[in-house]
Amino acid sequence: MGFMKFNEQQLAEFNRLVARYPEGKQKSALLPVLHLAQESFGGWLSEEALNYVAELLQIKPIEVYEVATFYSMYHLKPVGKYVFEVCQTGPCMLRGSDNIIQYIENTLGIKPGETTTDGLFTLKTVECLGACGYAPMMQLGKHYKEHLTKEKVDAIIEECRKNAAVNN
Amino acid sequence: MAVKLLLEKAHIEGIRSYEVYRREGGYRSVEKALKTMSPENIVDEVKKSGLRGRGGAGFPAGMKWSFIAKPEGVPRHLVCNADESEPGTFKDRYLMENIPHLLIEGLIVSSFALGSNDTYIYIRGEYAWIVDILETAINEAKANGFVGNNILGTGFNCNIHVQRGAGAYICGEETALIESLEGKRGNPRLKPPFPAVKGLWERPTVVNNVETLSAIVPIINMGGEEYAKIGVGRSTGTKLISACGNINQPGVYEIDMTISVEEFIYSDEYCGGIANGKRLKACIPGGSSVPILPANLLLKTAKGETRYMNYESLSDGGFATGSMMGSGGFIVLDEDQCIVKNTLTLARFYRHESCGQCSPCREGTGWMEKILHNIEYGKGKISDIDLLWDIQSKIEGNTICPLGDAAAWPVAAAIRHFRDEFAWHVNHPDESQKRNFGLAHYADPIYVPVTA
Ligand SMILES: Cc1cc2nc3c(=O)[nH]c(=O)nc-3n(C[C@H](O)[C@H](O)[C@H](O)COP(=O)(O)O)c2cc1C
Ligand code: SF4
Ligand code: FES
Repeated sequence: MGFMKFNEQQLAEFNRLVARYPEGKQKSALLPVLHLAQESFGGWLSEEALNYVAELLQIKPIEVYEVATFYSMYHLKPVGKYVFEVCQTGPCMLRGSDNIIQYIENTLGIKPGETTTDGLFTLKTVECLGACGYAPMMQLGKHYKEHLTKEKVDAIIEECRKNAAVNN
Repeated sequence: MAVKLLLEKAHIEGIRSYEVYRREGGYRSVEKALKTMSPENIVDEVKKSGLRGRGGAGFPAGMKWSFIAKPEGVPRHLVCNADESEPGTFKDRYLMENIPHLLIEGLIVSSFALGSNDTYIYIRGEYAWIVDILETAINEAKANGFVGNNILGTGFNCNIHVQRGAGAYICGEETALIESLEGKRGNPRLKPPFPAVKGLWERPTVVNNVETLSAIVPIINMGGEEYAKIGVGRSTGTKLISACGNINQPGVYEIDMTISVEEFIYSDEYCGGIANGKRLKACIPGGSSVPILPANLLLKTAKGETRYMNYESLSDGGFATGSMMGSGGFIVLDEDQCIVKNTLTLARFYRHESCGQCSPCREGTGWMEKILHNIEYGKGKISDIDLLWDIQSKIEGNTICPLGDAAAWPVAAAIRHFRDEFAWHVNHPDESQKRNFGLAHYADPIYVPVTA
């Protein structure tokens, strides 16, 4: 990818985000703008992307780095096309999240934090996502997959593979 | 059936839309408040209602509102805390997903009472799809004159904005939330100054939980005094409980705070009993930060009295033999569960979520996780149990924000009530890798001495 910039539609969204704050407080838009950048630039935030966000918001790059490194949803390294973020906190553990994580590890042949060699899947263990009553669960993109079983995990992997094939 | 004030209409088909919500009587409280009441009247009603903050601390909402500073010419802000990240807690999500207009309605009335013309909902970043639900609801309300400029022709302006977080439990703490809303790391601020004096952009700010602000709607509709008649003592109104763990019917329940813990767990109206015919071993009744209790102390207080699902009864006995209502995240453990393992996952959570500003919290949470990991995996020493106790006691009360306490309490309570299970792990390093300690004596009837 060459130098990245928001396209017209993304810029319109950027302007909508900034307009929510008082004059001179545009830094407040930093978290939502980083989300927008991550979605727009391939699922992760490169140094180039962070600098671009700093420039757009007219703040220092360090102010952006500080924030990007603090919050767990920002990926600072490339990730797979599909990121399985499986919750492992107490309530999910009580309902068998360890087995689900193990099953995904075995099925995809990767450990938490790793990406499959075809670049399709990344596995990540995360802390409570507010779905404790629907455990075990994981986040996949914008949505939650709940009441996970081995069969459900198989079906999700299958579906991702299919979507990836169609979109290629 | 118990009284329902928040979720009564949550399952009506189409209630997510403005049209159906309005047809069902929605937005009446805005009409009543903006047209017939002054901001002071509203604060008075909230005070009379006895409503306590539903985010975890239980601070009286009306009193908090009355502290907001009103310097000449400085805008004020209401911020809705939808960060909901305390393990075991998923009630705010349920409310926002199912009946989003109730929150928007509560926000307008509350914004009017506090004089906030720009109100922010700070929602945890992972609830991405709920942002869309809320923004749709806000736009519908705006199209119908309930949000925006000159609401209902009263001259009151209020815009509501939804801000996504990005994965950080600490941003639920109100001053960290404000920092995050300003586009910074979620490092809690030193208090004072309190947000009511200097909050968002150094302006007077009130931060309240989603459920607290939604409860303003029935309070205005029925009047504070009527609201206060529901419940018991200082536990007025209804409370949302998110129940999870080893129960038959995990989910979100609205209770009036007069039912017993036993009824809540075993009645089909609520949790429907322990799953798979197992027996109850322990429970964390108010979100991961509050003390865990063994079955016997959960169902009855140390005095042998029935324990109820309200602020006072859940904390009866203090930390020695009681717990807390907290955020209403009700986590149930059956006889097969391991207390050490459960405590380890919570310790890992707090280590992961510490913002790192205070050494007792930053270092202590890491040490606790490491020691618990050793005990759980058969590499612990008996002296580790006292060491854990020592570390947690040195975190508590020695930090900028309450996350330190929240990390210390679960460890303290687990050792206080389940010390022999920890010791068993240490003394049986091999066996503990194959099976769990089991129910042991944790469900035995409590011995209550009879005074002559
Ligand atoms: C570490 C930590 C996390 C918190 N998380 C939340 C949260 O997710 N939601 C919430 O409403 N309050 C949370 N709180 C409590 C808030 O600081 C604040 O008390 C609350 O939002 C006030 O609203 P209320 O009075 O309506 O409960 C948290 C507090 C701490 C110390
Ligand atoms: S107690 Fe922990 S989370 Fe709170 S300010 Fe200190 S280091 Fe940060
Ligand atoms: S513990 Fe997994 S969603 Fe809450």
